Amino acid sequence: MSEVPLRELAQVIRSKNAGPFELTFDIIFNRKAAYEEVKASGALTAEKLAALYNIPRDDILVAMFFDPAMAFKMTVKRHWQQGSSGERDTFGAAQHAPLMDIMIPSRSNLRTSDPAP
Amino acid sequence: MTQELRILTPQGMLGYGVPAEHFWRGIESGVDAMIVDSGSTDPGPYLLGLGKTIVTREAYARDVSLMLKAAWERKIPLIISSAGGAGTDAQVDFMIDLIRELSAANGYRFKLAAIYSSVDRAMIHARLREGRITECGPAGDLSPSAIDDAVEIVAQIGAEPFAKVLTERPDIDIIVSGRSYDPAPHAALCMTKGFEPGVYWHMGKIVECGAACAEPKGRVIKATIRKDSFDLEPMNPAESCTPLSVAAHTLYEKSRPDILPGPGGALHLANARYEALDSRRTRVSGGVFVPTNKYSVKLEGASIVGYRTIFIGGIRDPILIGQLDSYLANVRKRAEGIFPQLVSGEASMMFHVYGRDAVMGEMEPLRHVVPHEVGLMGEVTAPTQELANDICNSTRIAVLHSAYPGQMATAGNFAIPLNPPETPTGPVCRFSVYHLMEVDSPTDMFPVRYMEI
Repeated sequence: MSEVPLRELAQVIRSKNAGPFELTFDIIFNRKAAYEEVKASGALTAEKLAALYNIPRDDILVAMFFDPAMAFKMTVKRHWQQGSSGERDTFGAAQHAPLMDIMIPSRSNLRTSDPAP
Repeated sequence: MTQELRILTPQGMLGYGVPAEHFWRGIESGVDAMIVDSGSTDPGPYLLGLGKTIVTREAYARDVSLMLKAAWERKIPLIISSAGGAGTDAQVDFMIDLIRELSAANGYRFKLAAIYSSVDRAMIHARLREGRITECGPAGDLSPSAIDDAVEIVAQIGAEPFAKVLTERPDIDIIVSGRSYDPAPHAALCMTKGFEPGVYWHMGKIVECGAACAEPKGRVIKATIRKDSFDLEPMNPAESCTPLSVAAHTLYEKSRPDILPGPGGALHLANARYEALDSRRTRVSGGVFVPTNKYSVKLEGASIVGYRTIFIGGIRDPILIGQLDSYLANVRKRAEGIFPQLVSGEASMMFHVYGRDAVMGEMEPLRHVVPHEVGLMGEVTAPTQELANDICNSTRIAVLHSAYPGQMATAGNFAIPLNPPETPTGPVCRFSVYHLMEVDSPTDMFPVRYMEI
């Protein structure tokens, strides 16, 4: 079994404010097999994501897969005030990059860059 | 009873540009109403705190002109919610003034309703004392001083005030509202027709963003709603609403994908179904609206926390970049010696190191990587603009000229692109009120004014 970065399995990896006091992250797939493989891998748990983002586990408010959209969602507390002194990312849309390189054990050839079957 | 209702949403945000060709394709296909949201907290608290609009008056005029033409020539009702972005009373009046001006120039006549959403502070204080105000997400408790210090406080209008206007005055051509829960006007129109709440709230949640749920992301969208399902079709033939693109959009800017709380209840989507009608249209059903015992509205308020002055520049010296944190700590220590306001907390100074961790701060997994060049923004906030200017000027000079261990480049440390090198940026705001308030009536606190223009 080889490992591939999440960005090669998912279609959308993004972050955004969910109101002024939360940041939310969406990972959306367009292939069921890729979605199921990531879901089964155990790579996207609140504990692992808290470590990746250097935040306390309790600051992760939501971390869940959502089958109807073949998606994973994580929502975290915003550690700084939106649009005030010290703001780094007003829209929260640039916090997603570390997710792209999470390595997923993959036994199949599911990279999005590959031609559809 | 109406069997189907067709709603055209010309854009997810009024003023961001409506493609005329796609707009008129939607109008020609037959619609019962046009609804466009224009509110957001996403740009930050300055909209509320400083009374600014999200786009310019000219940008609003471009979008509104198209809709007024359709409203006049085809007699299609128009709803504009969260006028101006923050939805203050002044922004509602600003939008009405714009509509009046455009209508006069084109010879249009309309019956218009305005729904206002500014909140009486005495009422908020009373509710707070009664324990009927709770935090909304991780915002913290509301304090009485936060109520008093806010420049403006608005409450999000739910569906009921819109439904009341639509029911009481079916002759109204245009509704302009203050701050509104984004899907509220879409939901209100359906509410008056006896459709399932789970269906129409789900519809409103998706199409208030225009055709953002299409692939590729678009602007103009038409929703056809009936008692137990709705269909979505983007008005640009190059875009498609697929079951996956629509389901995925439900995640956008929401805390959870499956439970979406709003005024009067929460939308539950765990059993939502998305079926392709053809390659470009998707039918949605299965959303369930679960009412809450108590009806709450979301309060939004912003206050001014100070005045800001910034400087920006770049550092390319590897010896300095290698010890940047201790260097900036020295700069800060020097400034604190001159300005006691930095120590007392009345003023603040922050450094943003671009190329390292300016975007993610402590959340950045790669902040230990030493880059060959960094951008540095110094940000000073103080009780007055003059003090912010003074601290920022002194700090910028210290960044440019301080000595550091191992220094070889003794003529200066900092590449400054702007001249003058510091820039006052004016007042800084914060969301000081972002809470849920229980109300006895969903309609009473939102005054309605009728007028003919």
